[in-house]
Amino acid sequence: MKPVNQKAWLLVAPVLLLVAISAIIPLMTVVNYSVQYVGSTGRFSWVGDEWYREVLHDEKFWNALWRNLVFSGLILAIQIPLGVLIALNMPRKGWGVPACLVLMALPLLIPWYVVGMIWQMFGRVDIGLMGVMLRDFGYNYEGDPMDAWFTLILMDVWHWTSLVALLAYAGLVSIPDAYYQAARIDGASKWSVFRYIQLPRMARVLTIAILLRFMDSFMIFTEPFAVIAGGDPVFLSTELKQTVELGKKAAMSIIYFLIILALCWVFYAVMTRNDGEPGAADQKQTKGGGA
Amino acid sequence: MLELRDVSRRVSGVDHLSGISIRLERGALNVLLGPTRAGKTSLIRLMAGLDRPSAGSVLFDGQDVTGRPVSKRNVAMVYQQFVNYPGWTVRENIASPLKVRGTAPAEIEREVKRAADLLRLRELLDRRPAELSGGQQQRVAIARALVKKAGLILLDEPLANLDYKLREDLRAELPRLFADSAAVVVYATTEPAEALLLDGVTVAMHEGKVVQAGPTQSLYREPQDLATARIFSDPPINTIPAAAAANPARFAGATTLAVRAHHIRLQPRSASPDVYVTQVESIEINGSESFVRLDVRGQHWVMLARGIHAFAPGTSLTVYVEPEDVMQFDAAGQAIRPRREAA
Amino acid sequence: MARIDLANIRHVYGPGADGEPQYALRHVNQAFETGGSYALLGPSGCGKTTLLNIISGLVRPTEGRVRINGDDVTDRPTEKRNIAQVFQFPVIYDTMTVRQNLEFPLRNRGVAVSEIKRRVDQVIEMIGLGALAGRRARGLSADEKQKVSLGRGLVREDVNAILFDEPLTVIDPEVKWTLRTQLRELQRRSGMTMIYVTHDQTEALTFASGVVVMHEGQVLQVGSPKDLFEKPAHTFVGYFIGSPGMNVLPTRVDGASLRLGEYMAPLSSAPRLRGSPKLELGIRPEFVRLAAEGIPATIERIDDIGRHRIVRTRMLGHAVTAILQEHEQIPADPHIFFEPEGVHLYADSWRVDLSGKQTP
Repeated sequence: MKPVNQKAWLLVAPVLLLVAISAIIPLMTVVNYSVQYVGSTGRFSWVGDEWYREVLHDEKFWNALWRNLVFSGLILAIQIPLGVLIALNMPRKGWGVPACLVLMALPLLIPWYVVGMIWQMFGRVDIGLMGVMLRDFGYNYEGDPMDAWFTLILMDVWHWTSLVALLAYAGLVSIPDAYYQAARIDGASKWSVFRYIQLPRMARVLTIAILLRFMDSFMIFTEPFAVIAGGDPVFLSTELKQTVELGKKAAMSIIYFLIILALCWVFYAVMTRNDGEPGAADQKQTKGGGA
Repeated sequence: MLELRDVSRRVSGVDHLSGISIRLERGALNVLLGPTRAGKTSLIRLMAGLDRPSAGSVLFDGQDVTGRPVSKRNVAMVYQQFVNYPGWTVRENIASPLKVRGTAPAEIEREVKRAADLLRLRELLDRRPAELSGGQQQRVAIARALVKKAGLILLDEPLANLDYKLREDLRAELPRLFADSAAVVVYATTEPAEALLLDGVTVAMHEGKVVQAGPTQSLYREPQDLATARIFSDPPINTIPAAAAANPARFAGATTLAVRAHHIRLQPRSASPDVYVTQVESIEINGSESFVRLDVRGQHWVMLARGIHAFAPGTSLTVYVEPEDVMQFDAAGQAIRPRREAA
Repeated sequence: MARIDLANIRHVYGPGADGEPQYALRHVNQAFETGGSYALLGPSGCGKTTLLNIISGLVRPTEGRVRINGDDVTDRPTEKRNIAQVFQFPVIYDTMTVRQNLEFPLRNRGVAVSEIKRRVDQVIEMIGLGALAGRRARGLSADEKQKVSLGRGLVREDVNAILFDEPLTVIDPEVKWTLRTQLRELQRRSGMTMIYVTHDQTEALTFASGVVVMHEGQVLQVGSPKDLFEKPAHTFVGYFIGSPGMNVLPTRVDGASLRLGEYMAPLSSAPRLRGSPKLELGIRPEFVRLAAEGIPATIERIDDIGRHRIVRTRMLGHAVTAILQEHEQIPADPHIFFEPEGVHLYADSWRVDLSGKQTP
């Protein structure tokens, strides 16, 4: 038997405690609610999986989930390529680098709710710049759900594409010059350079970008709440907000949480699938690397 | 004194080191010699306490330090990459281990001066590492290791990233630097010539094992097995099955014969050498010497000949090997008879 | 296969701290003949890699022209110059297999499938990676990766030249020997022009028939390994080539002799010198004998490196290094004797030619 150092547990204990307080205890409270019926007098009674069944048979839930998935899918399909495209065209040296970085970081610094407010005004058909310009094409986000959707996607792209671009840029600048030189010597086309050098070397940061953007867009709440305040619920989050019964709300939260967890895991597993190849031989790779 | 007792290290099912038992004394330069991935770096990390052995124990001055982390041991390390604090001057870099320890400023000043003199860094004390050449940066790293007055100084291929000529200059200085250090100095390298120049004790390593350890000169001249002979030869050692030798009767009992490149001669030295008629494959000229590649009864040999020769490829060439220069190995690769070369 | 000419190349890599332009290359004129094997040899920072990149087109020289087979290619991009280059550290396409990596340069140029297969099979065999052909390149060790990089350089048959930028840095000494021989063998058989950048004299001298020694952005000497050893044109060449390097001692000329303190070393003829240059005597350790007679010296250290011994002595206050063969003895009262054919005279660091053909 290999001796196990029990002291290690002491070292991780503070972290475990923190995680317990910040995540597990609140989560268990929600789990508790989701299996109870809370009466108007504050009386609890056990109902088992009834709330879950109700949620899963609720058409509104499925519609919201579906809309959520389409929204996240669209967001990723637009933001990731767009972000990479921007990163590829950002300058690598000179004064343009800091200028670009600051410009890109600006939208990221604006609070979520303010972003919602900005776009709500921007899109208004009476006074908003975009609203007025698009009015002639029949645009009206307050009246037409498709237009509301369009506005939300536009808003999210505006808000978050620069995050993807910045991450991709970080990946790109870490590629040594020798790779580009070798590609030129090998007669590689621009596409080949992208496909075989830039993309593989950006893979890790893009994995992070996709995960972040997916989670964030799937949990979107503040902005649609600000833009379409009072309108029909669109997403799981807004649906959740409008659900009245505490138990159903809790059950829905748990299902929502599990869906996000599962999807993230799938994403992660798919995207890091290639990293498991025998890489042990890489240990000597740093040899001579300091020159 | 540093002692390793039957030390092994396995990482995810792969043996990086196995069954290593060696004793390294203070005041001697101990060289770990072997090709890349022979386990030199793994062994150094283990000696430093950066890694823990999977089995066996590490003793320092008789005290078991096996589980003790590097921060609790008095160890200095110099890496292949030049590791210095970029924001500090050379002076501050060298002084850093003393400052950490809270040494008095006057004492620090004196120690830094001494180390700077020894490593010829006196003029550079106020520069920052980025303003130094690679050789100078590595000297700063060595100076820092020296002032630390550690009981154990580990150098992991410190010259590997330097230009050939710089390497040659620093290599000539190294034995002098550690001459009056009371530490156990361990120096890992892939190059036989470096081990010979440092002239202390050599531990020859191959595939995570120690194949032979002992005084450098005796390892070089009397390797116990073929593996050590190979590790300790550059150009690679020439071998031939004993049965195919020019004079098999001389080497009865041996399976493989080996002879170093410079022991193959164009002129006989004694009255009864072994004579081989060979075919020239190619010639490489290295200034004062020529490396002549030969086909000897199907074996590929390299002869190191003094002077510049211009044998055309394909020509036939008679070479001479003195029996006293031939190493003999049995079927298991063990040296058969310790033989002595005239110095 | 091609001849490459560099005419009046200068390269500035930006102004220095004092506003003066900093030269990576000061003034280089150099011809590389068809089918020659060349080495650019010098310490780091001497401009050798810049020169290589100027040939391949990765760097555009500040001044001067590059010609391949007489065509001015100075303004032509790398991919149009038909040159292969191998870098110091392995550059591989991570997501491709070893075989795909080697096929890549050929595919990009639309080579026929059967031809690709033939070439790649040949190269895989040469670099000895047959067993790994189907493996993803990212999992390889550093030296295997470098072999893939080398292979990609060798796979094209139609290139004008193959350039190597210290390609064996990450390779083990023993493997270096085999790879170097294979490269040389390939060069000899294919008749391709090859240029090899290195700081390692052994690599340069053993690989190349023409060695270009560079120092601080200048070419100091171009010659065969024999020339560089026997007639180093500059004291730096003497120091840089040879292990240990040439001994350089201050001297004075006295008729047809060199004066070292009270001792004289004869020259083949009296040198004709202009002005009053700094004079030095250069002699390689191989030509320094330890004898019973000559200039008295004290022995400071002896390094036994196996095949010979390096004896470090002090003579007339100067360090003088000698090489002693395995069976040579050191005399009890050592004196130093210089073999006349090894004695060179340097004026302001440049060798004075004593063969009689001195320009007036």
